[in-house]
Amino acid sequence: MQAVKQQAPSEALKGFLARYDGLRVRLPGNAAPRDAAAALLRDKGLPTPKEEAWHYTNLRSVAALDFQEPIADTQAGVDLLALLPKVEGPRLIFVDGRYRPDLSTSPDGLEVKSFAGTGVFGDLTKPERDRVVALNTMLTEDGIIIDVPAGFDAGFLMLAQLTSGRHRRVASHPRHRISLGEGARLVLLEVSAGIGEYLNNPVIEIAVAEGAHLTHGRLQQDSEDAFHLGTIYADTAANGVYDCFSLALGAKLGRTEIHARLGGEQAAVHLNAAQIMGGNQVSDFTTAISHDAPNCPSRQTVKSVLTGKARAVFQGRIEVARIAQKTDGYQMNQALLLSPDAEINSKPELEIYADDVKCSHGATVGALDPEQLFYLRSRGVPADQARMILVRAFLTDAFEAVAHEGLRDVFEHAVEQWWATTGKDAEAPAA
Amino acid sequence: MLEIKGLTAEIDGKQILKGIDLTIPQGEVHAVMGPNGAGKSTLSYVLSGREGYEVTGGTATFFGQDILAMEPEERAAAGIFLAFQYPVELPGVGNANFLRTALNSVRRARGEGELDAVQFLKQARAAVKKLAMSEDMLKRNVNVGFSGGEKKRNEILQMTMLQPKLALLDETDSGLDIDALRIVAEGVNASRGPNFSALVITHYQRLLDYIVPDHVHVLADGRIIRSGGPELAKELEADGYAGIIGEAAEAA
Repeated sequence: MQAVKQQAPSEALKGFLARYDGLRVRLPGNAAPRDAAAALLRDKGLPTPKEEAWHYTNLRSVAALDFQEPIADTQAGVDLLALLPKVEGPRLIFVDGRYRPDLSTSPDGLEVKSFAGTGVFGDLTKPERDRVVALNTMLTEDGIIIDVPAGFDAGFLMLAQLTSGRHRRVASHPRHRISLGEGARLVLLEVSAGIGEYLNNPVIEIAVAEGAHLTHGRLQQDSEDAFHLGTIYADTAANGVYDCFSLALGAKLGRTEIHARLGGEQAAVHLNAAQIMGGNQVSDFTTAISHDAPNCPSRQTVKSVLTGKARAVFQGRIEVARIAQKTDGYQMNQALLLSPDAEINSKPELEIYADDVKCSHGATVGALDPEQLFYLRSRGVPADQARMILVRAFLTDAFEAVAHEGLRDVFEHAVEQWWATTGKDAEAPAA
Repeated sequence: MLEIKGLTAEIDGKQILKGIDLTIPQGEVHAVMGPNGAGKSTLSYVLSGREGYEVTGGTATFFGQDILAMEPEERAAAGIFLAFQYPVELPGVGNANFLRTALNSVRRARGEGELDAVQFLKQARAAVKKLAMSEDMLKRNVNVGFSGGEKKRNEILQMTMLQPKLALLDETDSGLDIDALRIVAEGVNASRGPNFSALVITHYQRLLDYIVPDHVHVLADGRIIRSGGPELAKELEADGYAGIIGEAAEAA
């Protein structure tokens, strides 16, 4: 038998651990969870493709790099605001992982606290199971803490995470916590964007109380040299709704991992997504939905549009506990491959312990239909515009799941922008 | 206006068109009739630029321009319109949006101004009414869930809006009942005038009772074997294709 070889910590991890040793006493809040996270990372390192959950996404390119601490520079950030989608309403701005009240406008009737000020970790994440969260736990400096009071409709709010890797390769680990009281409502647009090479590693903990409704739109437009590792833990009580739509357009390598729990009867979870990638981009959408109560629906439609040598992953796990009778789960993965070198990896996982449930899943992969293209072109529509129309048509039912019109506009505009700058050139017409 | 000389074309190495000579002057409606497999649809696809059809010889010019070298969208802008035998469904694409995008594409290419939503809707509604279509069809996805007759009417609607100089009507009568046939024919007849020509491709004479052609051509085995006036269609209806093909073979 071969002895298990202990891997030396990667370049990235060495830097992260050294930073933790240096920062430890200055980081906000209780050091115990941070110490535990550091010990776990020291012991196990960053995830590798040998682990099932990371089979399709290799963090080697992240691990090989040395990330530095962002410098506190109040001038930085102002120019990054141009990267934000044009949308009216209150906004909370983070630059390099730190809250910037000077760039933010607070929402009416909501108290906004910062993690730097409170230092209290939420209890939804499982850093002992998830080393990307552990990395965030170890090094997070700031985040937003929002409690929407019971019965209050907080309207629309943008939460932006901007990172500048222009001068140095930085890593940021914002740590947010959002709680909705009974019957409360919020429409949250979470945006990630930046310039240059960096790692954006946000963690959001979400608690939706009875009858509350959170609409969560995610727009990942990180720079083409960036890494995005975002994790969400959401817990939904009876009659509560967690409605999430995640659009990934950016980053060299990106992963969104969402753990959503249906904890009370008639709670609903929607984890919809679109991943639109070109070049050598890799995008991973990994979800775990836990049905822990009877009579709950969960819905997932995940669409990927891939050009060049891009690769997308959708891993969707649904766990139905014994108590969760009358569960209604639906999961659909559809990919449109615009080039012969693009690739989609799909892995549905259903783990069902209840005996009276309805869970369906499906996957389709295809290219643009030449008949449809010809039909459009024969009506005078130029080839690139015809392709865009068909790509948008493919995305239609994913976008239709976004009930909030303002959010849908943001997503549609982002896709059009992508097409104008990236998609159009990535796919030359077949000769 | 449209001048086809010695046109040969193949699909997957199989020759379908074996030397077509055909001239359609401005303002005339010509019918091409022929048995199944004669190459009628291939002719319309080659003229509109569908992929997969390889032109191996001959020429086709439209107002002196070599259309065979043009992209499908350039041919549309130049004024060629193909009404599909089997109109294509576009799930997720609204019919009104589709029409407006198409119309503004050709207007842009022709150097005309684009129509805004209000101007467009006004035109579209008027055209829909003329074709006895319900306005609901503008809101639905392109051809999705349309009946055979609705699909064909939708083709004629597009034709009416795009105002082509030459319409290629590929078996527009197939799958139509007599009422739909009359409406579609009226739509085509309404477009007739000194600046509109059409090539009506059909298997049956029936459509030509409603769209009366100036000339009729019989296409068999990739060649036009006979041309004549509208009476030729009647003759075909009475005697069938076999007779005419036989005569042509004897004469050859």
